[in-house]
Amino acid sequence: MSLNYISEILPSLFQGAGLTLQLFFWTLIGSLPLGLLVSLGLNSKIKPIKWILDIYVWLMRGTPLLLQLIFVFYGLPLIGVVFERYDAAIFAFILNYGAYFAEIFRGGLQSIDKGQYEGAKVLRLSYFQTIRKVVIPQVFRIVLPSVGNEVINLVKDSSLVYVIGLGDLLRAGNIATSRDVSLVPLLLVAVIYLVMIAVLTYILRKVEKRYSYK
Amino acid sequence: MLEVKNLKKSFGSRVILDDVNVTVKDREILSIVGPSGAGKTTLLRCIAGLETADSGEFLIDGVAFDPAASDTSESVIGVVFQDFNLFPHLTVFENIMLAPTMVLKNTKSEAQDEAKTLLNNLGLDDKGELYPHQLSGGQKQRVALARALAMHPKILCYDEPTSALDPNLRREVEKLILKLKQDGMTQLVVTHDMEFAKMIADDILEVNYLDNSNQK
Ligand SMILES: Nc1ncnc2c1ncn2[C@@H]1O[C@H](COP(=O)(O)OP(=O)(O)O)[C@@H](O)[C@H]1O
Ligand SMILES: [Mg+2]
Repeated sequence: MSLNYISEILPSLFQGAGLTLQLFFWTLIGSLPLGLLVSLGLNSKIKPIKWILDIYVWLMRGTPLLLQLIFVFYGLPLIGVVFERYDAAIFAFILNYGAYFAEIFRGGLQSIDKGQYEGAKVLRLSYFQTIRKVVIPQVFRIVLPSVGNEVINLVKDSSLVYVIGLGDLLRAGNIATSRDVSLVPLLLVAVIYLVMIAVLTYILRKVEKRYSYK
Repeated sequence: MLEVKNLKKSFGSRVILDDVNVTVKDREILSIVGPSGAGKTTLLRCIAGLETADSGEFLIDGVAFDPAASDTSESVIGVVFQDFNLFPHLTVFENIMLAPTMVLKNTKSEAQDEAKTLLNNLGLDDKGELYPHQLSGGQKQRVALARALAMHPKILCYDEPTSALDPNLRREVEKLILKLKQDGMTQLVVTHDMEFAKMIADDILEVNYLDNSNQK
């Protein structure tokens, strides 16, 4: 394993890792708020909204993310909806992860005692003030561990975009391995994933600690 | 003065409150006493706007009000819940200051000053930075009381103020309620404990089961 060879292929791997991180970042930016809105809708008393959202969550969680990616990029153009590769990936990931986050948030919302809403109500807080100041901070703490798991899954799931030809970390390593007939690129890919996940795990632990009050 | 006239409330086909009349005079304490399941909590929840009455009138100082309306500029009813319903993610200070800053739009420093005064008066001077789970039951109750008082309600309601506490704290609660009365507070105390009611109340309203199927 020559250091020379490593430094030769690292730039392309880092480039791939850059795309992986971008995908990771935009998916979270889109899917966390989406999940929150959907979970509020899932708890809504307006039945049609609840049904539609139930179907959405059921579809997203009941079919493979890989299928959803292929469907968006190769399937939708057949009915005239065309996405760029990158947009297709982000679109599919946000929809998929939004559904998982919605389920997690729904559970968190349901675990908030009715007395919390009533306590806020007799203090004359509005619905939105109650959600913002009383409910969300408590739900946040409750769901943090499960959200953390999903966030770490997302780093690994992002490698699925390779099926629609996006140059992420895994694809960069795969190309180098078959070109140079060497295991080194794949080992480096593994190391980079491990480092990314170690950093994330560390950050998540810090956040959990920071926000625990017990 | 709070007046409730001809209040009716059913859950499904079960009539819980049938033509109930309540009057709480200014600076007095009315105790509502009755066995468990008689509908005391339901009555209090109607007054607090947490349940919608089927029919009935609510008057404060002779003027009709809607307990469930959240857009009135003044607080009419303050509530100390049976299990307090403190916000566990907020400190004692934050619990008390939340509504004054969010609803009354007081500044943080005004709200904090008032919270400090309230805590001092309730013997909780050094508890402001603690979280609810770090407090004893009696302390939680006083925080809940401070939180309600910070909104300057015209009437303060308690649901079973002695039930979540050690029996020997009963006297403490009694003193607390009587002290607030001296300060001019109008109070409504729901309890199943007749002895306690007799010690604090100017007036006692007894409620009983309406529907025999309520009796278990
Ligand atoms: N939300 C509700 N739905 C149906 N029945 C209820 C509800 N709340 C209370 N009840 C019933 O109303 C009756 C009176 O309850 P409650 O007001 O809590 O009595 P108390 O406080 O005097 O013990 C009980 O039989 C109770 O089961
Ligand atoms: Mg009760």
